[in-house]
Amino acid sequence: MTVESTAARKPRRSSGTKRAAGAASAAKPAAATAQTQDVVPQLVQLLTPEGDRVDNAENAEFAPFVADITTEDLRGLYRDMVMTRRFDGEATALQRQGELGLWASLLGQEAAQIGSGRALNDEDYVFPTYREHGVAWCRGVDPTNLLGMFRGVNHGGWDPNTNNFHLYTIVIGSQTLHATGYAMGVAKDGADSAVIAYFGDGASSQGDVAEAFTFSAVYNSPVVFFCQNNQWAISEPTERQMRVPLYQRAQGFGFPGVRVDGNDVLACLAVTRWALDRARRGEGPTLVEAFTYRMGAHTTSDDPTKYRRDEETAAWEAKDPILRLKAHLLATGGADEAFFTELEAESEAMGKRVREAVRAMPDPDTMAIFENVYADGHALVDEERAQFAAYLASFEEGH
Amino acid sequence: MAVEKMSIAKALNESLRKALEQDPKVLIMGEDVGKLGGVFRITDGLQKDFGEERVIDTPLAESGIVGTAIGLALRGYRPVVEIQFDGFVFPAYDQIVTQLAKMHARALGKVKMPVVVRIPYAGGIGAVEHHSESPEALFAHVPGLKVVSPSNASDAYWMLQQAILSDDPVIFFEPKRRYWDKGEVDFDAIPGELHKARVSREGSDVTLAAYGPMVKVCLEAAAAAAEEGKSVEVLDLRSMSPVDFDGIQASVEKTRRLVVVHEAPVFLGVGSEVAARITERCFYHLEAPVLRVGGFHAPYPPARLEDEYLPGLDRVLDAVDRSLAY
Repeated sequence: MTVESTAARKPRRSSGTKRAAGAASAAKPAAATAQTQDVVPQLVQLLTPEGDRVDNAENAEFAPFVADITTEDLRGLYRDMVMTRRFDGEATALQRQGELGLWASLLGQEAAQIGSGRALNDEDYVFPTYREHGVAWCRGVDPTNLLGMFRGVNHGGWDPNTNNFHLYTIVIGSQTLHATGYAMGVAKDGADSAVIAYFGDGASSQGDVAEAFTFSAVYNSPVVFFCQNNQWAISEPTERQMRVPLYQRAQGFGFPGVRVDGNDVLACLAVTRWALDRARRGEGPTLVEAFTYRMGAHTTSDDPTKYRRDEETAAWEAKDPILRLKAHLLATGGADEAFFTELEAESEAMGKRVREAVRAMPDPDTMAIFENVYADGHALVDEERAQFAAYLASFEEGH
Repeated sequence: MAVEKMSIAKALNESLRKALEQDPKVLIMGEDVGKLGGVFRITDGLQKDFGEERVIDTPLAESGIVGTAIGLALRGYRPVVEIQFDGFVFPAYDQIVTQLAKMHARALGKVKMPVVVRIPYAGGIGAVEHHSESPEALFAHVPGLKVVSPSNASDAYWMLQQAILSDDPVIFFEPKRRYWDKGEVDFDAIPGELHKARVSREGSDVTLAAYGPMVKVCLEAAAAAAEEGKSVEVLDLRSMSPVDFDGIQASVEKTRRLVVVHEAPVFLGVGSEVAARITERCFYHLEAPVLRVGGFHAPYPPARLEDEYLPGLDRVLDAVDRSLAY
């Protein structure tokens, strides 16, 4: 496939159709003002911050991908976001209580993760960074498994092939290449599935991400690059990462890029389904930029009050992904108070379970240091294991 | 004919061909490995016979080559990637060290990383900067990687087979200045263990331990020393991770003297580790301190100076004399 033919499949998002007033205001996110850009970024949105459905030129290509979503489905998406936020809040609290060494909160990014995560088929494969707790939820990974590495008992406590959800990757952007290679394998196998790689706005500056774009483009790999642009890479704002809107970068590599309202779960679901559909049809990679906001700190180690303004955070609070869908469900009669009350109780129970599970999590056996260093064994590891075991045993013999 | 005389380059080519024939999951990846057959022609003819889906020309991006190989391995493939020259591996060093080496441990053993990274390395071909380096210690230092280097055609053929069959990542250093040296390859042989050292020449006065391109120099030194009545044993280490300390110990307990030779800088090189471990293991057997011969703590020099930089016959023999003088 040539660059020209992929570019020709770009969605027509510059048709000049007059947009609804609500969508127009949403198309100019506050935090993008410092970017140097010739083109006002387009933003695919299906639900306004007030919870109203919108139809416009920007979403026309994507809206059909959620035409099948029922009210029950919407309640399910709402539940996913609430449960994920509750889990995330519990983990943050556990870190403050000294039960976890570190936590990377997803607060504010629930719609981006649940929308994209629910777009996936079972056979699709996910390559996350270290903040994809909502995507893990969608894949059926036990939330307590996500806490092992943050508690310091392992470097990833699940079998990636059980849920087609790879281990968290901490080195920024590395996993985009793993996703691309995996997708190259999917294509070789002739499989009817796709791969999705998650990363952030900071990671987009990494060479590995550019190389992943290059490889996926030239091999036409079935991979979706899902960037959650949460506006901050620890203390560095997006204008320290890019001079043009991120989604536009895809064009230079020869595949489509789409900016979606990352706080709109329905739009994230639609755009990701569209991109996955392209991948499965053999039309190659897509870059999705979910325009969102990290409401908390990068991790529990930093202090966002040192690097960003309260007004900025407050402006994004008004776009909260959960409140937005709640408003929509209430306005359309999609859910009643009993639903929200029951969900509250369910999420509390989950929080309690997570809390208890973390506190009960055993430290690994000392000799685990030497386990799984190699698949086929290694003489030096064997020697050092035996020496250390003998050293430890010497204390036992002394009594 | 089961036994055939061929160059190291040809032996590597035959080894890759056999791996491609035996397992449809084996892939060759790298810059120029397809139509060109690699800049050293190690993959010559393979794309023609196995197609572009098995022998893959990649973009010019080393991190991308190794990073996508990791993804392919996660999907069940066994990629053999070629880094064009030693000095070009560093753009991929992050992927090799932070990802490839640790993936098996990170996944608590649930995933395997059967990736081979082939690197033509070391000097002696009159090349420009970044084309003559010996970075093997940097990889041997990393838990999770295995590091080997053949010195002859038979090992080139068999060790590459074994590396491809390994479920662990193997950094496979090919001594580029020996590519055209010929030797016999027995295609029906039962190969020795990948990580065992081999006695290349028996001797009783001093042991010379080397690997890759320096084995030939050490064999020449042993022959020259024999003319002076000195009996030098030459040990081909073959593997830098793990190192066969048992094999070295057995030789040192016989000769009581050890000189380690490599092209890489001596400081913190493989020779340093061998010297330390053998001193621990063989303290009461040694008649002399373990000596090291190798490169200097300086960037690899311009080609006109590499004959001075590389350990040659005289520097190896000088070390043998120093060892025997104790």
